[in-house]
Amino acid sequence: MLMTDRALGAQSENRLVSLANAGIRRDGRWLVRGVDFSIRRGEVVTLIGPNGAGKSTTAKLAIGVLRPDEGAVDRMQGLRIGYVPQKLAIDWTMPLSVRRLMRLTGPLPDIELAAALKATGIPHLVDAEVRHLSGGEFQRALLARAIARKPDLMVLDEPVQGVDFAGESALYELIREIRNSTGCGILMISHDLHMVMAGTDTVICLNGHVCCRGTPEVVSQSADYLKLFGGHSRSLAVYSHHHDHTHLPDGRVMHGDGSITDHCHPDDGHHHDAHDHHHDHSHDHHQHGHVGHDHAHHAPTADGRSDRA
Amino acid sequence: MLDDFFTRALLAGVGVALTAGPLGCFVVWRRMAYFGDTMAHSALLGVALSLFFGINLLVTVFGVAVAVSLLLLMLQRRQSLSADALLGILSHSALAIGLVLVAFMTWVRIDLIAFLFGDILAVTPGDIGLIWGGGAVVLTALAFLWRPLIASTVSEDVAEAEGMKPARARLFFMLLMALVIAIAMKIVGIMLITSLLIIPAATARRFSSSPEVMAVLASLIGAFAVIGGLFGSLHYDTPSGPSIVVAALLLFVLSLFPALGKNTAEKAGNQGVR
Repeated sequence: MLMTDRALGAQSENRLVSLANAGIRRDGRWLVRGVDFSIRRGEVVTLIGPNGAGKSTTAKLAIGVLRPDEGAVDRMQGLRIGYVPQKLAIDWTMPLSVRRLMRLTGPLPDIELAAALKATGIPHLVDAEVRHLSGGEFQRALLARAIARKPDLMVLDEPVQGVDFAGESALYELIREIRNSTGCGILMISHDLHMVMAGTDTVICLNGHVCCRGTPEVVSQSADYLKLFGGHSRSLAVYSHHHDHTHLPDGRVMHGDGSITDHCHPDDGHHHDAHDHHHDHSHDHHQHGHVGHDHAHHAPTADGRSDRA
Repeated sequence: MLDDFFTRALLAGVGVALTAGPLGCFVVWRRMAYFGDTMAHSALLGVALSLFFGINLLVTVFGVAVAVSLLLLMLQRRQSLSADALLGILSHSALAIGLVLVAFMTWVRIDLIAFLFGDILAVTPGDIGLIWGGGAVVLTALAFLWRPLIASTVSEDVAEAEGMKPARARLFFMLLMALVIAIAMKIVGIMLITSLLIIPAATARRFSSSPEVMAVLASLIGAFAVIGGLFGSLHYDTPSGPSIVVAALLLFVLSLFPALGKNTAEKAGNQGVR
């Protein structure tokens, strides 16, 4: 390991992967073209861009799942990759526990397996069947799997999709920690600049080609970025308002005190100032809950879940 | 012991079932049932070629099955038709060409029914050696390929990114399928091979907690189906191949009764987790 590190440092400034003018074409259409970037050890590169901008395609080019039709992609010899794909459909006929999923592409000692699941917040699900996991739990399992591989390069394609708001920032924090402690490079995909702002070294804004790049601060100010993302300075809005509850993907509500209920009610004790939201952008789904319902909440169970069985 | 035709049939059938179990699991997980059918149907073309050129049956059946699966991969890559439609075309045209070729060869008389539905009661000690030897080869290869195959079944992209070489695993898997079809043809027949792959695997699903358990259970359930089917065919004087499939089906239906599986408890327990 030390040998390869030293050899690598001599030859290419710790470049894990580099794309040079890479492009890929399908059915006569360029999915992405002219993509240039490299990822070094300890560097976090984030790809942002609208739907269909070629973010996932670019990531797949970088890790060798797709081959470029134009340009070149170079990977460090023996590069160990941990990959969290954007989509993963497991046929339900395959019995697969989280424990087995963790060992999908290589053996893993029990201790490390447990540690990775603990880090992503799902140690209790080690024996759960993968098909019974919720979207957010599944993402956490995939992230744990990638981390446990101790990769040189982690490629995370929207790693926090379906994860609740509080969990989201915790997971970004975890990703940052892993970069700091292991020195691995990270290629991340997000369509949310503000979430990854603090932890990213380089942001590459894609829309079929590289629109702009730089530090998050530079990109968020650039004209190209503002054009692509509407220029409503949405990121400012996010920072200036405060939620006292979060709507989970399954329709339940997680309150500021950590409890989870099926609806949000203004006067059930979970809200501290329910009528004093200072949203400066519209949030349609917030409006339904404030009309008084007269049915009772399900009591949250000890582990913070409401009992729906 | 090998003198008795029934004992030979049992040995041959159990050998095929043990081999087919784990392979059948992959057929189910990867949704390749129709693909397996296509390969099996192409076996008749292999039979015709074997008769025509006077080459060993096993070789031509294996060769044709491999050729058809490679052709299918090529056509799929061009993405002009859905995989489903391509399979439909290949599957039935391979069968039809085989039937036509056999009909052209007026100088040979073959028992078509034996090829289509199996003739397990006519297996020779040589066949048994072939089945167990071939089965050992298939299962050993599968054991070596296990992790890449499981990984690429879960996600081709993850497998590729993490160095599991899914394309190579897929190719080997197809070779193994072709081999199993060549071996199993005589036992259950071309039309019924896929049932011996799929039904035991589907039956094993409810009782399995991991892919590995499911593979072993599928083998055992298949062996039970063979034994049950053969005794049934002896008792009721029914054709042996279809009897084995009916026995497998009965086991599958039995597995659907909730009291037998742990699935009812599991379902209730998991509702909270969702």
